[in-house]
Amino acid sequence: MSVAEAPGGGYVGRSVPRPQARRLVEGQAQYVDDILLPRMVHAVFLRSPHAHARITAINVERAEAMPGVIRVFTGRDFAEVKTFAGVLAHFQGMKSAQQPCLAIDRVCWCGEPVAVVVAETRHQAEDALDMIEVSYEELPVVVDIETALDPATPVIHPDIGDNMCFERELDAGDFEAALDRADHVIERTFRFPRHTGVCLEGRSVVGDWHSAERRMTVYISHQAPNMVQDCYADLLGLPESAVRVICKDVGGSYGIKTHVYGDELATCALSMMLGRPVKFVADRLESFISDIHSRDHRVKATMAVTNEGKILALGFEDRLAVGPYSVYPRGSAVEGNQICNISGQWYTLEAYRARIETVFTNMGPYSNYRAVGHPVSVGFVEGMVDAAARTIGMDPVEIRRRNLIPDDAFPHKALSGPLFEVMSHHRCMDEITRLMGYEGLRAEQTALREKGVYRGIGFASMIEITNPSAMFYGVGGIRVSAQDGCSVKMEPGGSIVVLHGCGEQGQGTETIYAQIAADAIGVPMETVRLVTGDTEVTPYGGGTWASRGAGVGGEATWQAARALRKNILALAAMITQSQPGELDIVGGIVVDRATGEERISLAECGRIAYFRPDTLDNFQPELMVTRHFVPKQFPFCFTNGVLACHLEVDIDTGLIRPLKFWCVEDCGTVLNPQLVDEQIRGGIAHGLGPTLYEQCLYDERGQLMNGSLVDYLVPTTGEMPDTVVGHIATPTQESEIGAKGAGEAGTAGTPGAVMNALNDALAPFEAELTDMPFTPEKVLQALGRA
Amino acid sequence: MSSEREIVFRLNGREERASVSPRLHLIDFLRTRYQLASPRVGCEHGVCGACTLRVDGTIVRGCLFLAVQADGKDVETLEGVSASGELRDLQEAFVERNAAQCGFCTPGMLITAAELMRGGKAHDREEIRDHLSGNICRCTGYEAIVDAIESVLEQRSSGRTS
Repeated sequence: MSVAEAPGGGYVGRSVPRPQARRLVEGQAQYVDDILLPRMVHAVFLRSPHAHARITAINVERAEAMPGVIRVFTGRDFAEVKTFAGVLAHFQGMKSAQQPCLAIDRVCWCGEPVAVVVAETRHQAEDALDMIEVSYEELPVVVDIETALDPATPVIHPDIGDNMCFERELDAGDFEAALDRADHVIERTFRFPRHTGVCLEGRSVVGDWHSAERRMTVYISHQAPNMVQDCYADLLGLPESAVRVICKDVGGSYGIKTHVYGDELATCALSMMLGRPVKFVADRLESFISDIHSRDHRVKATMAVTNEGKILALGFEDRLAVGPYSVYPRGSAVEGNQICNISGQWYTLEAYRARIETVFTNMGPYSNYRAVGHPVSVGFVEGMVDAAARTIGMDPVEIRRRNLIPDDAFPHKALSGPLFEVMSHHRCMDEITRLMGYEGLRAEQTALREKGVYRGIGFASMIEITNPSAMFYGVGGIRVSAQDGCSVKMEPGGSIVVLHGCGEQGQGTETIYAQIAADAIGVPMETVRLVTGDTEVTPYGGGTWASRGAGVGGEATWQAARALRKNILALAAMITQSQPGELDIVGGIVVDRATGEERISLAECGRIAYFRPDTLDNFQPELMVTRHFVPKQFPFCFTNGVLACHLEVDIDTGLIRPLKFWCVEDCGTVLNPQLVDEQIRGGIAHGLGPTLYEQCLYDERGQLMNGSLVDYLVPTTGEMPDTVVGHIATPTQESEIGAKGAGEAGTAGTPGAVMNALNDALAPFEAELTDMPFTPEKVLQALGRA
Repeated sequence: MSSEREIVFRLNGREERASVSPRLHLIDFLRTRYQLASPRVGCEHGVCGACTLRVDGTIVRGCLFLAVQADGKDVETLEGVSASGELRDLQEAFVERNAAQCGFCTPGMLITAAELMRGGKAHDREEIRDHLSGNICRCTGYEAIVDAIESVLEQRSSGRTS
């Protein structure tokens, strides 16, 4: 039976509101900073003011004499904590230096923790911070992406040989022959800025070491509780059973909170050293210099195209600049690797040539952030497609229609290697042009140009990696679970408890699990309660990343809830002296399948199972079941979609005003349309930011120049327009629920769509921009008006 | 460090007396002294709006407002506003429309939106966007928030609910 045929209340597929949202709107959410424990003390970190320097002396005496200060710690005090390096064994040649949780002898980025004050209050700790005296001897810095590998450039970690973290080449088909056959060879260089997630809740942790039991409880704002448990146990030298990780409400994450950060780990080590709970909450300024950043690419691309609009070949060299260490445990190289795997693979290419170079620099830590690699892949490829269309004078929709993989050509083996199960590019394109009223928009554009109003329309077709199997991390020796476990329990009163290894940070994961469980068993959704975010009580799971919560975690929920239903029916049949096949569960009542007549309530089943099992002879009811799920047939579930942007450019000021977005995405079974739509919309905001406004600006000394919300611009209501979201649903056959991921499509498609709309608007001036973010200054320069 | 000052103020309708350090901002004060969680610390430089609350009926950035300035004033947080029922329809609309994802910006958004609702007038989406442009949300892309506020403004101005 598929989820669409489930017998319950039909919650799946409906825009059911999130029950959990109620505590958010009443101000009763509980983030880490809200957690208060007896005897808790506060840690505040002193961070390096230099991007690269030798630490010649640290004097903590004056700081330790400050009121309320318990102790000041430096890197050497954490000798018992293991160092770490995010190196994936299946990424051939990947390397990184080992990173300590606090710098020892040398700092490698501006913002690296150097010392930590623990005090009775946070104010006291902050006061003492200024009293720590550190002497530095500055070292040469590596900040320029272009020269990072030059022989004259210093090597940040001489013991690993050079500044290359990971390089990869891929060559499929006869590239040179395709160039020879092409009518046009298009070449462009694109830049994608370094930017960051800006979670409104900074990274936060409370480490609570229980010395008598030798157990650590970690309250942390994080997306992957079991990963934290595994890493912290290892790095702190504890058995995994001694580490309990609790993630309550998380105030934004977007991939920023899937990593191990030295300061968070050190906070737990401090709790062990002091025997007291220790809290660390990153403030906004230190978030900017210590949260992971992402993107920062320079892509040189080549596309071979015929006059008929056939794209023959795509080639590119992408260099991306990460921080001084590959971030633990997921590394800093997945971004580049994804770009190698997916770029342009939604088109029927004859040849594909890719080269990526991931280089170390003395800028801040860098790793996976929402839509890892996708905004760059989709951005530059779709920019090339539009450049090709302009060159041959073809409509951007038409050139895509001529090259997108036909909907009936699946499964399709991509030139880059992966096997695509099923996609719907053409149906998505048909739907988005219908939703937009594309012809009308074009007519309006022409009419407005006569009046000196310059509007542009841009598209970005795309694919997205979701529902990853162990091929993502596990095969590389990275202990991040690809599988999710779910336990479903019926309580004596007939209510249902779902315990899940995958939690949420606002996406609505708990809601879709409740929908799935309610439908699978046949109970009202309000009788289903979710428990997530506690490694002590939930089955083992991967958490939320790579758009896996719905497709992987959802299927585990379905399987567990179906198994519980079967057990409930067996029990009910025993009690009612009938056969399980004669019974059904509807609205929380066991009924006769044929007549719909009530046979027994779940509460009565529960009463007998738990309190009068003596009446059941030798029958043992099992009213709690656990199931696990991981995709096996396809290592990744590739989704597809198309995003469009309509914007207006003020050619006098260079200001770009986004007017509207459209997105049609195929995430398979749409479990909850409203929640999917809101993921798309939120994702678009994360894509729009770095396309027009957001950039971590570093100077030549490796100083972040704009590390505050005053200087680093994120989209507000003034910039974000409304988005029309459409769906094409092609379920995956990998699971019974058929859901694919949806959380990253908006982020993946937006930079390319906005860039194309901008260049479409500026087409009358033959101006073209490929260097994000597209600031007014750059627009005016392109127009020759600066 | 300067010596502490005595202040007397109303907090969610109840008179409170406290001794506060002159440098303490209102959010740290409310969070540490009264364990009021709804005013959130997002940036502490007055940009993100997560700490928005009401002082004498006017919305202020709690991180730019010192606790000593609250002396003699009437301070309201979402806890108080929520208990009074003033925003029940808007809170309901936020849930229905999924206008809160991670929820960290939500108290500030609601308190800011409440100011727009006080006039009892309808406002179009542009006016709603203008009014909310000082509150950052990183999850939703804002459309759901604007939708929720718009729907409640429409209901209220047409008199269908309180």
